[in-house]
Amino acid sequence: MKLTINGDVKEIKDGIVLSELLVIEDVEQPDMVSVQLNDEFLTKDTYATTTLKEGDEINFLYFMGGGA
Amino acid sequence: MKEFSDEELERYSRHIILQDVGIEGQEKIANSKILVIGAGGLGSPVALYLAAAGVGEIGIVDGDVVDLSNLQRQVIHATADIGVPKVLSAKAKMEAINPNVKVTIYQKFLDASNILDIVKGYDFVIDGTDNFSAKFLINDACVLANVPYSHGGILRFGGQTMTIKPHESACYACVFDAPPPANAIPTCSSAGILGAVAGMLGTIQAAEALKYIVGVGEPLYNRLLTFDAKTMNFRNVNFKKNPKCRVCGGEGIKEIRDYEAVVCEAKL
Repeated sequence: MKLTINGDVKEIKDGIVLSELLVIEDVEQPDMVSVQLNDEFLTKDTYATTTLKEGDEINFLYFMGGGA
Repeated sequence: MKEFSDEELERYSRHIILQDVGIEGQEKIANSKILVIGAGGLGSPVALYLAAAGVGEIGIVDGDVVDLSNLQRQVIHATADIGVPKVLSAKAKMEAINPNVKVTIYQKFLDASNILDIVKGYDFVIDGTDNFSAKFLINDACVLANVPYSHGGILRFGGQTMTIKPHESACYACVFDAPPPANAIPTCSSAGILGAVAGMLGTIQAAEALKYIVGVGEPLYNRLLTFDAKTMNFRNVNFKKNPKCRVCGGEGIKEIRDYEAVVCEAKL
């Protein structure tokens, strides 16, 4: 299935859940991203049960805490 | 309204000839009060550009002193300032650039006991802090006090920023909810930052503040601008205010509380 991940269209195997996509996309520290699926932000406790489907748009927004 | 002197008309002439600013816009800038929290990598360029722009009153907050390792990016401080409180070093440079600007210094770190009183007196706030407990505290205070602000974060070669108009646009917690667990955070001195990236992000924050004061253009409301200086790709991610947001949604927060401070020696 085709997913749009951080603005790029990618071919990803069908039927996976969000927590599997985090592994496929090399998100090493899921605690350091906020995940947006089709305009909604997901809570971490739903990652393992959120099944992705063709055409979904996913954004990984990284926490950036620096500034000094 | 402010009457500009001949010196000021000449000093701000490149603003005044901008069709979207003009003399009226420059008057708004001169009558504005902006608070810069942190006189470091982000706060340095912000404070310099806001002083140069003629912001009437600039507050600057920092409890730290200048260290040699700051000078690779904190361009408001000089080698001779090592050991000097950052707010004093910053104030001297801002006044040297533009003696028309009133600089108020807060030589302290902000916490739940003092932040609301300070933030309340300003038209716009800049987050130039370097840790999540401060970033979330600033968001809470600006939402409670209803003061618009610019969030900024940098890490290694990357940066992110969004502008928040409390109760109208999404707040920082709408997007990031709450500080990540301490053991996951690579924000501290050991993660590193390309000095120029701090300048890139800080100048965006300064531009957002001036746009807001003048009332021109489209602020970074309901979107996070992120960039990666390695590829020089810039991206906007759009979102909406979260009606269930812990801070600005439905019930929201009613009072200010400190977030747990994060220990820096955690894993990278």
